[in-house]
Amino acid sequence: MNRDIKNEMKIEFSSKSANEAFARISVAAFASQLDPTIEEIADIKTSVSEAVTNSIIHAYPNRDGIVKLSAKLLDDEIEIEVSDTGEGIENIEEAREPLFTTKGNLERSGMGFTIMENFMDKLKVESIVGIGTKVTMIKKIKKNKSLENTY
Amino acid sequence: MRVNHYLEDKLLLFEITEELDHHEVERIRKRADYEIQRVMPKKVIFDFKKVSFMDSAGIGLIVGRYKFANLYGANTELINVNEKVRKIFEMSGVLKIIPIIDNYGSERIG
Ligand SMILES: Nc1ncnc2c1ncn2[C@@H]1O[C@H](COP(=O)(O)OP(=O)(O)O)[C@@H](O)[C@H]1O
Ligand SMILES: [Mg+2]
Repeated sequence: MNRDIKNEMKIEFSSKSANEAFARISVAAFASQLDPTIEEIADIKTSVSEAVTNSIIHAYPNRDGIVKLSAKLLDDEIEIEVSDTGEGIENIEEAREPLFTTKGNLERSGMGFTIMENFMDKLKVESIVGIGTKVTMIKKIKKNKSLENTY
Repeated sequence: MRVNHYLEDKLLLFEITEELDHHEVERIRKRADYEIQRVMPKKVIFDFKKVSFMDSAGIGLIVGRYKFANLYGANTELINVNEKVRKIFEMSGVLKIIPIIDNYGSERIG
């Protein structure tokens, strides 16, 4: 596999819910350099929205904090990292299960990690209680789509 | 969100025009619950025709309104749901209790 990084970006923003749209639109615009399909872009936007929302709601429940978002473009994939220095996750395996939520009272569905897992090709979750959480996601972007579409 | 109330049918129709993420859902919820409480409908319909984006916050919104409307004896249905959004609802299993109605009465909504 070719691990040459072709381009890279990093942003940091406050844990305000208004930034959820800003975050997913930024990554979508950056990813467009790999010439993804509308479907691939939709998958990326949804997954970024899930990860960023988690940092905003779960990592910093009662205070403002900083959410870091970075993306790397490789030959045929995009690697996205969302991290916070908030509460952390006690049991990652349990947290990743469909419908598991610690915020049922806030009408959370517990489907965030399940959606990321389904829409991306790889999902890694690292977390330490009291230190923070880092979510790394990889989406393969099929190449040479233009050739396929040329008859 | 646009709210339509069809008195004769005791129907409350919410036409969602926002991107359904956690940020927007917080505001939509308050408005929807206010209307449900005021109208006490027999049926609540969410029209997804203008929804270009939804993440898991949308699931929480719809399940929450289903439960709230249920207190008034109303059932909840979804219409004009695109493939992407349908997939997200399917994953969560909520379509078993909140159905998507295909080809919903075009004589009324067009
Ligand atoms: N960044 C985070 N910081 C702390 N806890 C988190 C974070 N992300 C996820 N979690 C925990 O994992 C659970 C499952 O997350 P998710 O699948 O997105 O469902 P939901 O957000 O609907 O609760 C959350 O309820 C929360 O307890
Ligand atoms: Mg979540």
